[in-house]
Amino acid sequence: MPTDLELRSTEARSGRAAEPKRPEREFVRFTRLQRTLHACMILSFLSLATTGLTLKFSYTRWAAMVSRFLGGFQVAGFIHRSAAILMFGVFVTHLYSLVKLKKLEYKSWRALILGPDTMLPTRQDLKQFIATMRWFIGMGPRPQYGRWTYWEKFDYFAVFWGIAVIGSTGLTLWFPTFFTRFIPGSFINVATVIHSDEALLATGFIFTVHFFNTHLRPEKFPMDTTIFTGHMPLAELKRDKPLEYESLVSSGLLEQQMEEPQPEIVVRTIRFLAWIALSIGFSIVIWIIYAMLFAYK
Amino acid sequence: MPTRTKRNVFALGIALTLFLTAGAARSAAPEISSTDDCLACHSDKTLTTKRGVRTVSLFVDGKKFASSVHGSFSCTNCHADLEGKDLPHSTPLARVQCGTCHTEEQKQHSQSLHGKAIARGDPLAPHCVDCHGNHDIVPVRDRNSAVAPLKVPFVCGRCHQEGTPVQLNRNIDQHDILQNYSESIHGEALLQKGLVVAANCVSCHTPHNILPHTDPNSSINRRNIAATCTKCHAEIETVHRKTIRGELWEKEAHVLPACVDCHQPHKIRNVFYTQGMADADCMRCHANEKLKAADGRSMFVSAAEIAASRHAHPRTQATPVSCSQCHSEVNASRVRPCETITHPVDCSRCHVEVGQQYQRSKHGQLLAANEPNAPSCRDCHSTHRILDKRDPQSKTFSTNVPNLCGGCHREGQKAAVRYTGAQHEIIQHYQESIHGKGLLRSGLTVTATCTNCHTAHMVLPASDPESSVNSKNVPSTCGACHHGIEEQFEQSIHSRLVTKTDKQLPVCNDCHSAHTIRRTDDTGFMLDIMDKCGKCHSEIAKTYFDTYHGKVSRLGYTKTAKCYDCHGAHDILPPTDPRSHLSRANVVATCQKCHATATRRFAGYLTHATHHDPKKYPFLFWTFWGMTTLLISTFVMGGMHTLLWLPRALQMRRDLKAEAAREEGKEEEAERSNGRKSSGEEGSHAD
Repeated sequence: MPTDLELRSTEARSGRAAEPKRPEREFVRFTRLQRTLHACMILSFLSLATTGLTLKFSYTRWAAMVSRFLGGFQVAGFIHRSAAILMFGVFVTHLYSLVKLKKLEYKSWRALILGPDTMLPTRQDLKQFIATMRWFIGMGPRPQYGRWTYWEKFDYFAVFWGIAVIGSTGLTLWFPTFFTRFIPGSFINVATVIHSDEALLATGFIFTVHFFNTHLRPEKFPMDTTIFTGHMPLAELKRDKPLEYESLVSSGLLEQQMEEPQPEIVVRTIRFLAWIALSIGFSIVIWIIYAMLFAYK
Repeated sequence: MPTRTKRNVFALGIALTLFLTAGAARSAAPEISSTDDCLACHSDKTLTTKRGVRTVSLFVDGKKFASSVHGSFSCTNCHADLEGKDLPHSTPLARVQCGTCHTEEQKQHSQSLHGKAIARGDPLAPHCVDCHGNHDIVPVRDRNSAVAPLKVPFVCGRCHQEGTPVQLNRNIDQHDILQNYSESIHGEALLQKGLVVAANCVSCHTPHNILPHTDPNSSINRRNIAATCTKCHAEIETVHRKTIRGELWEKEAHVLPACVDCHQPHKIRNVFYTQGMADADCMRCHANEKLKAADGRSMFVSAAEIAASRHAHPRTQATPVSCSQCHSEVNASRVRPCETITHPVDCSRCHVEVGQQYQRSKHGQLLAANEPNAPSCRDCHSTHRILDKRDPQSKTFSTNVPNLCGGCHREGQKAAVRYTGAQHEIIQHYQESIHGKGLLRSGLTVTATCTNCHTAHMVLPASDPESSVNSKNVPSTCGACHHGIEEQFEQSIHSRLVTKTDKQLPVCNDCHSAHTIRRTDDTGFMLDIMDKCGKCHSEIAKTYFDTYHGKVSRLGYTKTAKCYDCHGAHDILPPTDPRSHLSRANVVATCQKCHATATRRFAGYLTHATHHDPKKYPFLFWTFWGMTTLLISTFVMGGMHTLLWLPRALQMRRDLKAEAAREEGKEEEAERSNGRKSSGEEGSHAD
């Protein structure tokens, strides 16, 4: 599968339109709901990170500038809380979709959780992790990954953990007078530390490790649009998720999961928006590094 | 001659007796019992003692003493502290209290200028002995008396003549007193003609009850001067009948020109003052607009200006102030009375208190140092056009004061240039301050202007402890208007009345600044206050910025809790004080100002908590480090994973590219071979 960069460079070289190069049908990896949730997640996460970090790094001139740009601290606070509601919404919708998925495609929770496409870490993930390490240091071939690689599962549960930790402390900080009916006032201070540091971990991790793992990896550079379009070229599926491909072929379900590519305009729009999101993410990383290393107080 | 011999024999006898008895007394525990005991030592002309750097003779002339008015007294009657003491007595002796006997004189002297100067500790102030002498006091009628009429001018003149420390260093508005007196009709009569009844100093000033002319009880006060002069010039009103209508002279002296208005004190001449000293006489020349002094200054005096001035209807007298009241050195006996003027007008002759304040002020000090730029009275108050400060036309009307002071204190002007302190752009800052806006934009004439804080006449640098803007005095200076605040402040921990410490305590201007005072609901003020408090409370201000309140305030949010929202502004007290806003009884209500439903537990929030202090906030410290460990370990693992992956991924990218290139090459080759085939076919056809 030619990456975006290659696509464009070949276009430039040959002067031919991309039209003939576009595959007729592509593999559908993500549903519309999953894509929407991810888009909402990006929106809320970026908003939360930007507004939250202005507070965390309020001692930098940057923070004051961003806060002013957003319309002042009060507006920033409003955005932060609205985005938090959106994030909770995403979380609840996802849980609801799991319930529906169980009803539609699995007989029991057990089947969903312990099935081959489970998000839970399995023995196979451990094996693949070790095999990957061996591959990294040149002691073996690239492992044959399935539908979810171990790092994708890690990302998935990082979000669960993050929402639980940041969400609960965030609510405490949002409604301190309510929560101090049950907990001592000084727990607000503790909640502040946890909320802020866990958020730093989340933003830092997403904007570096997650970005690299899915978008900046040289073979995908500069981005992987699968989560936005939902589609994945078959060749890429074969190469990246050989196990899944094989099982789909053997079960004969592959054809069912193939679809017309998204219209060019949709792909372009998605790419444009994704670029914005990526740039914001990178700017935030640079800001964090600057604030932590050069202006730390 | 025979008397003198007799006296000498007598004295010799006394001395001999003393000599003999002294030898006998030495063995028998001597005690001061008689004058002779004292003279045993003090008749020695070489007996001296050291007083400071001076050597003072302790010789007492027994003869003179015996013939003095006090000759019948024993020494201990006056030197009361020696009563019953053994010989030789300890030194120094206490000052003799003449007032023990001379009560009335002592009382007058204590209330007089001289007595008050003694009470102030003025080293130049005269005591009884300075005029009357000590052991040789004889009755005033005795021509040998130190205060005999003929001697009085010289006794007073010892201090009151040009060049003496008194005349140089004390505020005395008359010049060449002794000289003028000697040349005056009184002086001539006394000193040249030997008329002992001629007026000398004490005739007018009284011997002991010497008071400034501004004191209503003074013998030389305008109201009393007529009475004083008429003690001798008893029938003078008949001479002056035309102007003074008989008894009005004494009864309502204040509505009439006083004697001294025409007959200058100390300069009274034996002439008829036919030309008078009326203002009209001055104006005969000075109404001329072209009148110029030798140095080119205009000497024109506008009658209209004077008529409009405060001096045309003074508060203290019913009649306008006349030219000669200010230009006091005029001499009416001259054709040009003003030719005797040698000194500029001295306003403090009437405005005594203000004059004293001015002399103490920086302005006065500079003037005394002959600084050419030093402002004198007229620079602020003008000369003939002196207006009341309540007159909007006046330069000293409150809204005009910033400009008046600004004339010198504006940046680049003469006062601002020599000033080395920290205040700059004073006038401009003032104009933008809350006071400046109140005064100049809102036109509130009661708003503080320069003089409200710095005073009008006793302007002193803030470093001077007497200055109204010295940090010690700032609360009361501001409190003059902001009285309620001052009351609160003086109860607070910042007040030096409450906290006794050597450290600098903050006063109003430390938080509110001096010339740039802003409204306290001004965003800038609210955000700056943390830095203001942080100047002293640096640690606690730093930790404040570690908490939510501090962080949002840094972002420019003013509604969040700032120092004074919790601690109070002027009524700050330690939380241990039950009256403090943060005491156990008050803290919940303080939180409720913003967090309406706050509970006691909510008030347990640590508003100055920091995760950098393991001793004070261990749970925060360990939470922070727990989170940081989690963060670092996650990043190390994620980062390593990524770094290890990178070379493999790059390799994959190269492989993919090569593969793509191979495929493309194949395609192209296929195309090319197709093309060749067709062209070959064509070619074969052509064959």
